[in-house]
Amino acid sequence: MEKSSLLDYLPILIMFGIAAGFAGLILFLTHVVGPRRKTRVKLEAFECGIEPQGNARVPFSIKYFLVAIIFVLFDIEIIFMYPWAANFKVLGILGVIEVFTFIALLLVGFYYMLSKKALKWED
Amino acid sequence: MLGYTITQWLFGILSFLAVMFALLVVFSKNPVHSVLYLVLTFFCIAGHYLLMNAQFLAIVHIAVYAGAIMVLFLFVIMLLNLNEQHEPRRTSVSRIIGVIVAGLFLMVLVGVLKGTEQLQLTNTANAEAGLIKNLGQVLFNEFLFPFEIVSILLLAALVGAIMLGKKEVKENVNENRI
Repeated sequence: MEKSSLLDYLPILIMFGIAAGFAGLILFLTHVVGPRRKTRVKLEAFECGIEPQGNARVPFSIKYFLVAIIFVLFDIEIIFMYPWAANFKVLGILGVIEVFTFIALLLVGFYYMLSKKALKWED
Repeated sequence: MLGYTITQWLFGILSFLAVMFALLVVFSKNPVHSVLYLVLTFFCIAGHYLLMNAQFLAIVHIAVYAGAIMVLFLFVIMLLNLNEQHEPRRTSVSRIIGVIVAGLFLMVLVGVLKGTEQLQLTNTANAEAGLIKNLGQVLFNEFLFPFEIVSILLLAALVGAIMLGKKEVKENVNENRI
């Protein structure tokens, strides 16, 4: 059995602190160092040099959502493989059979996804 | 420190932050800000998982909820029409329905919490049960059947998402024929 204590999380806490501090510092520095010239042209949305037209608040296609939800499902599948990978030698061939059953069931869904062309991006 | 252990201090701070960010989720006007506050709430809850010796669950919670599920939430917000003239009017009927639903949910929560009064939590018989190696040994032996059931659950979710998501394309094809 592995041991752990709250003190083990000190490096992670330090990393969070450095990441947040660095982001904050850079945001602060841009305000201090950077020049500020607020003209009408500089403040308008940059659209590759073309005159901006319309509104940015247009509803997106549901295809983005479909891709995202498929990503989440396979993301969860991968997460279940981490405990297996950490115990690969202990579990032996039985673990391989267990996880391959798990993956096989999800592969059915994967082939359903491919056969329905869920990721095809036709308009 | 005032008669509390460091764990109790952490619990108190994390709980306060979680409740505060949860309230900000509800009260912020901009839906994108709500999602960002929800991410912070999830980080606080991940801290609670760490305090309860569920280390693997804490990391998974951040990766899946704060990462992936929040992307889904953002996509849902972008699917909606956020222009102000399309803002749905909140009638008094919808407000009453909202109060009734929230009240019922509160009753369920209170009922569940009352049930836990009799439940004696045997605190950390195995404090390292949440580490990935120990968790894997339990998952692939005692909880093997629920683990395999999870794959069927994911399969059902995948098929359901494709069924609902591809419906739009079918309709478009029909429209083109007409």
